[in-house]
Amino acid sequence: MKKPKFKVDKHILTPKHSKLGEREKAQLLEKYHVTSKELPKILKADSAIKELDAKTGDVIKIVRKSPTAGESVFYRAVSDV
Amino acid sequence: MADIISEYEDKLPAKMLDEFKENIPKGASDTKVRKILEAAYGEYKNARVCPGEAVGLIAAESIGEPGTQMTLNTFHFAGVAEMNVTLGLPRIIEILDGRKELENPMMEIYLKKPYASGKRIEDLRHLALQIKETKLNDISTEFSINIADFTIEVKLDKERMKEIGVTTGKVMDAISKQLKGYNIKDDKDSIILKARSKEDSFNEAYKTKEKIKGITIKGIKGILQVLPVKREEEFVIITAGSNLADVLQLEEVDAYRTTTNNIFEIEQVLGIEAARQAIINEIFKVIESQGLNVDARHIMLVADTMCVSGTVKGITRYGVVSEKSSVLARASFETPIKHIINAALIGEVDNLNSVVENVMVNQPIPIGTGLPSLSVKPPQKTPKEK
Repeated sequence: MKKPKFKVDKHILTPKHSKLGEREKAQLLEKYHVTSKELPKILKADSAIKELDAKTGDVIKIVRKSPTAGESVFYRAVSDV
Repeated sequence: MADIISEYEDKLPAKMLDEFKENIPKGASDTKVRKILEAAYGEYKNARVCPGEAVGLIAAESIGEPGTQMTLNTFHFAGVAEMNVTLGLPRIIEILDGRKELENPMMEIYLKKPYASGKRIEDLRHLALQIKETKLNDISTEFSINIADFTIEVKLDKERMKEIGVTTGKVMDAISKQLKGYNIKDDKDSIILKARSKEDSFNEAYKTKEKIKGITIKGIKGILQVLPVKREEEFVIITAGSNLADVLQLEEVDAYRTTTNNIFEIEQVLGIEAARQAIINEIFKVIESQGLNVDARHIMLVADTMCVSGTVKGITRYGVVSEKSSVLARASFETPIKHIINAALIGEVDNLNSVVENVMVNQPIPIGTGLPSLSVKPPQKTPKEK
């Protein structure tokens, strides 16, 4: 079988994922008074972030399409297990 | 005007801003636009859920009430042209429990342009056959064991094979790939399998005979039925059985719209965020099909809760509840004795941070007006008093 040219992030169910830079991450944690451990998690092996080359502790920004708000932003911290 | 609206990007949701862009007349002065936005922001702030509001409880009631209606007055199964679909309460429970094995797994396969139009029925038929799983059992008439030398003879149904479009060679290839340690020989209308190892026994041959019946000859493993359906000017293939990972690899398939109702598969292939969206879609599908009305926010909350840990967790004592940090909260759900004994064995500490455990010990719960608390800075003692 041919190798897949399929891109996970283009599927209708997958929202846009992007990695936050160090400064943005610090700002976010400051804004919500949390540590990255307290954020919802996303697995390091998650297929949606394979191409982002994320390390444990990084924060992933997710822009979801929402039926109520149009667009909503969500953050997940990359976790090992 | 556009730049004033964009100032509010952090404060107001995107959907509202889009509405402003459309509805505020072009000639409106900057001060007036600002006034409108400021008023809208005030309204929006008022409409938000207060800190400390028990949103989970409200969501539970809002989903639970129509849920009881559902048990009473619906068909739990609906037939979509010969195909069974679980609906109603059983399906809701299936989703919320985060089950991996579904009662009726199903896929909706969208096709790329030339195939979707359905102008060439021949193509559709060909594709459908390529997707549907054909097992050795389906294309053979007889399996027999020769007791003298423990060979297995499989009589092939040549007509059926022609229909599906497989040759004897392909069948032998498929078997040799999935079955190790056997020599395969073509014998006109049948194929003969002989074990390579010398120590063959009748038992061994019998086991193999049963095993090879399930070998996939053609198609995608797990897809039991295919059914092309016309949906708004295009053909969609609906299948019973699901195998998202393999179907997405097919060239004719529009991989970006194809979905399955198996949330676990979506999580594996598309990630946790896609799984969250799938949970919302699936629950909504059931609720809508029953003519009930539940606000999307409640369902989003449930889906978010199921997905916080990075994998889909069902709302069961093995899933979401096992993640709770409080021993008493876990014990209050199901199997209390197990939880309390385990906690006692390892010396767990309960900080009484949440609702259930505070109810148990007769303290105010940290919800609503119980949430804020006073903190007092003790007057600092001067060195003399020491």
